[in-house]
Amino acid sequence: MTDLIRLTAAELAAKIHSGEVSSVEATQAHLDRIAAVDPAVHAFLYVDAERALQAAKAVDEEVAAGRAPVSPLAGVPVAVKDVLATQGSPTTCGSKLLEGWIPPYDATVTRKLLEAGTVILGKTNMDEFAMGSSTENSAYGPTRNPWDLDRIPGGSGGGSAAALAAFEAPLAIGTDTGGSIRQPGAMTGTVGVKPTYGTVSRYGLVAYASSFDQAGPCARTVLDAALLHEVIAGHDPMDATSVDTPVAPVVAAAREGARGDLSGVRVGVVRELVGEGHQPGVLASFEAAVRQLRDLGAEVVEVSCPSFDLALAAYYLIAPSEASSNLARFDAMRYGLRVGDDGAHSAEEVMSLTREAGFGPEVKRRIIVGTYALSAGYYDAYYGSAQKVRTLVSRDFDAAFGQADVLVSPTSPVTAFRIGEKVDDPVAMYQVDLCTIPSNMAGNAAISVPSGLSDGLPVGLQIFSPALQDHRGYKVAAAYEAARDAAQGGSLIHRVPELEVSH
Amino acid sequence: MTAVAELVDFDEVVATYDPVLGLEVHVELSTNTKMFCGCPTTFGGEPNTQVCPVCLGLPGALPAVNGTAVESAIRIGLALNCEIAEWCRFARKNYFYPDMPKNFQTSQYDEPIAFNGWLDVTLDDGEVVRVEIERAHMEEDTGKSLHVGGATGRIHGASHSLLDFNRAGVPLVEIVTRTIEGTGARAPEVARAYVRTLRELLKALDVSDVRMDQGSLRCDANVSLMPKGATEFGTRTETKNVNSLRSVERAVRHEMSRQAGVLATGGSIRQETRHFEEVSGTTRPGRAKETSEDYRYFPEPDLVPIAPSREWVEELRGTLPEPPEERRKRVQADWGLSDLELRDLDNAGAIDLVAATVAAGAPSGEARSWWVSYLSQAANSRGVELGDLPISPAQVASVIGLVAAGTLTNKLARSVVDGVLEGEGDPEQVIESRGLKVVSDDSALLVAVDEALAGQPDVAAKIRDGKVAAAGAIVGAVMKATKGQADAKRVRELILERVNA
Amino acid sequence: MPSISRDEVAHLATLARLAVTEEELDLFAGQLERIVQAVAKVSQVADQDIPPMSHAVGLTNVFRRDLVSPGLVQQQALAAAPAAEEGRFRVPRILGEEA
Ligand SMILES: [Mg+2]
Ligand SMILES: [Zn+2]
Repeated sequence: MTDLIRLTAAELAAKIHSGEVSSVEATQAHLDRIAAVDPAVHAFLYVDAERALQAAKAVDEEVAAGRAPVSPLAGVPVAVKDVLATQGSPTTCGSKLLEGWIPPYDATVTRKLLEAGTVILGKTNMDEFAMGSSTENSAYGPTRNPWDLDRIPGGSGGGSAAALAAFEAPLAIGTDTGGSIRQPGAMTGTVGVKPTYGTVSRYGLVAYASSFDQAGPCARTVLDAALLHEVIAGHDPMDATSVDTPVAPVVAAAREGARGDLSGVRVGVVRELVGEGHQPGVLASFEAAVRQLRDLGAEVVEVSCPSFDLALAAYYLIAPSEASSNLARFDAMRYGLRVGDDGAHSAEEVMSLTREAGFGPEVKRRIIVGTYALSAGYYDAYYGSAQKVRTLVSRDFDAAFGQADVLVSPTSPVTAFRIGEKVDDPVAMYQVDLCTIPSNMAGNAAISVPSGLSDGLPVGLQIFSPALQDHRGYKVAAAYEAARDAAQGGSLIHRVPELEVSH
Repeated sequence: MTAVAELVDFDEVVATYDPVLGLEVHVELSTNTKMFCGCPTTFGGEPNTQVCPVCLGLPGALPAVNGTAVESAIRIGLALNCEIAEWCRFARKNYFYPDMPKNFQTSQYDEPIAFNGWLDVTLDDGEVVRVEIERAHMEEDTGKSLHVGGATGRIHGASHSLLDFNRAGVPLVEIVTRTIEGTGARAPEVARAYVRTLRELLKALDVSDVRMDQGSLRCDANVSLMPKGATEFGTRTETKNVNSLRSVERAVRHEMSRQAGVLATGGSIRQETRHFEEVSGTTRPGRAKETSEDYRYFPEPDLVPIAPSREWVEELRGTLPEPPEERRKRVQADWGLSDLELRDLDNAGAIDLVAATVAAGAPSGEARSWWVSYLSQAANSRGVELGDLPISPAQVASVIGLVAAGTLTNKLARSVVDGVLEGEGDPEQVIESRGLKVVSDDSALLVAVDEALAGQPDVAAKIRDGKVAAAGAIVGAVMKATKGQADAKRVRELILERVNA
Repeated sequence: MPSISRDEVAHLATLARLAVTEEELDLFAGQLERIVQAVAKVSQVADQDIPPMSHAVGLTNVFRRDLVSPGLVQQQALAAAPAAEEGRFRVPRILGEEA
């Protein structure tokens, strides 16, 4: 059984589709693993064993009947971040405000997962409403990093990343508004991809900052991420910002990259994202990775994106602004928590009491910042200026992509920090998103692939691709991944310490 | 409750002040579906049965713009002589209200789809006032609240409220005038005439039901007073809940008198929202909402910009109907109507229906007569709009044709029309099923005439003596005997033939 | 740099419908001040002639056809309601339109 949970999704799918292993066995193995380690890791907020096994059984029946699998991932278990609506299963966004809310509809990503025959194990923990970089802001308690249970797994999608690193699921869905897929990927030694904005439907993704939010795949290998990417991407008329173009050929690119030849590929190192504020171990790992890319035949150049210095500030104005509006719907009238409905309080008072009681401090803080930034007197100075910075960031990317096919940087300036270390200093916490935010601003694609360890903690290499050219990053990441494993003597993820198993 | 100042007599108000008006009209579009989701917009459904994750504001749901609503908005803009934006966006207007599911209204702010237009409004005496249109923009309607436990469903004193979101997300176009100045004592009339003219225009465009009673057309009246000779506007109030044309006029009139009363006692006007009370014809203050600086508008990130191509705009311009005012003039000339006849036709809301009946082959006089009298009465007694009667202009034209051909008498024709209104089918089918053919076989009629003459010998004698008018009694008896199926004109001829034979 | 007062935070909290406590007012006033200081540098571009970017995709004119699609039945719509009555969402009394 242990073997099943350590397989890649691609390997597991092959075994299921050939009939060598049943999806029910594979699903049960992961459910058992969750039961054993999740009390310590706390990656999941909700596990639906019954529905998962039912879905697995349906796939097994198809295989038994000799029918071709509905997708390359049919029968493979997947964990879904609790920010995506799942009809019939609770969707809380890590908030008390939505405790027990069961959506009457599926997010498009959820629907695509079900249609592809993947087996949804349950919902993963996250910073409340995806606001955070450590998963400490979950109302249901933090998720712990399988590499060191005293440390955070990154955020906001710490649950999805930790589930992969703890072998509780071979695949997971994350969402990335300012780095919430890539940064936890980096901190847990897993692969995380933010697809080009508009290529994965946001319908049913509970909005934090609409113009940045993007769902994407989380996996332990680049190929697995690509397989999941192709399942969830595609045009959706339910999302007006969804682009109607063919899905980038990411699986083919991952397979091509794995052959280990990057000759003819120009890689740009983004000067502004390497240096100040980065831990030395992170920089060392990044420099080693760049050398490896050169060894694979890539031409490495340095590019400059001067406006990235303003990106973090702009992000922390735009995202809270959109959030202050997006989260207004949580008002105790139609769903979710209601506090103070005692016959004496008015609807308006009940709204305020509920929001006060139901939102955690970081959410309230961002709502207040956003309300401030959008206020009439400050709009031009803050929100308006931040939108201009967005244009500059986007132009910088355009210029840089004129010099290089892909750009690279460390994913996070720091490795996983200790739980509680930064909770009292919101501004310090925001710095963790330094390297990931620019691509949310511009909307292009970015992938984080593990680049090794620093003091026993994973470090991530970030690879940016131009919008709709997601496959470029996959090719480079897959090539790097293969070279890294060869150089480091095996798959990085298998160096994660054995978790103490509870029975 | 603060003391209410005395109302000032209207003549006195306009002797002292120049009123300044601003009118905001919200029009619910009659699209099949809502502005941002595929829920139906039909009026009067069971509560919360025309809802989905989008219009309920469920977490994760996203809007998708109804292309037909955009088309309607552009057509309205063009009909109001507006420029159509080359590029515009939706914005979020942020404020909390329990019947607004997302607690922001998706609307347009500084980038309306249409702007800088005008509408010519004819007053009762024929004077034409040009009302300038500042903008027409797209937005969405709210849900409806029912207040329980207070007096007569009012919000005040209610113990709780019940929310229905069927109307939430219905597409609205908000049409905002520039300030209307210099209308003096005619300000209330101008306000009414503007809304009436706008309503006709929207009806002709076929973009809305424009039912003020059902709220598919709603007017907010901004009123302020400026001392004669002054150059700065006074503080304005915005009166909502004005549900009929008459109320528009009354609300403006009352608000002018009320404001003058406040000013007369040395008070100042508070900038506020007021509600019009239909029964008393007065306005009362509404609740203080966020002030406009607090709406925190920003571009709607869930929707992409709208950039109507000039080709599309011109294509839509080609679909505009003749403006109502021009149409009225043309109809008057074509049909040779007096001013009074035109007004009757207009008041009955029958111009389009008569025109369609004429187009179906009926003479305009008969067509007018049917719609303005018999069918208007039928509509009245059924409590529906004339155009909502279940009879088509083609069917009316066919009945008129049958009368002209002598197949039906006028009385039978009314019966046929009644049958059509009852849903018994086309005129031919009604004639068949009700057995309403004119009896044209003289031999059968002669039997009835003879019987009637024999039954009333004194009348027969009078006719013989030359008192032809007395024949009416015999005609009546014959018609009764033939259950009204005889041609009265022919019966009269036969009576005279018989008596003088 | 304008200093952000407790009153200002209280007004923001009212607009955002957050019944913040006195302690939170102090906390948020201080943190808002720090955060605003950290992000205020964006205003260096305020006067520059740069088109603002509101969307990461260059799409325009994305329209839906005016066709009815199935929504929720009443029971589904009300399933998550904290309270419901007569097919409607039951909510506490709404502060008056009428003063
Ligand atoms: Mg409006
Ligand atoms: Zn709907």
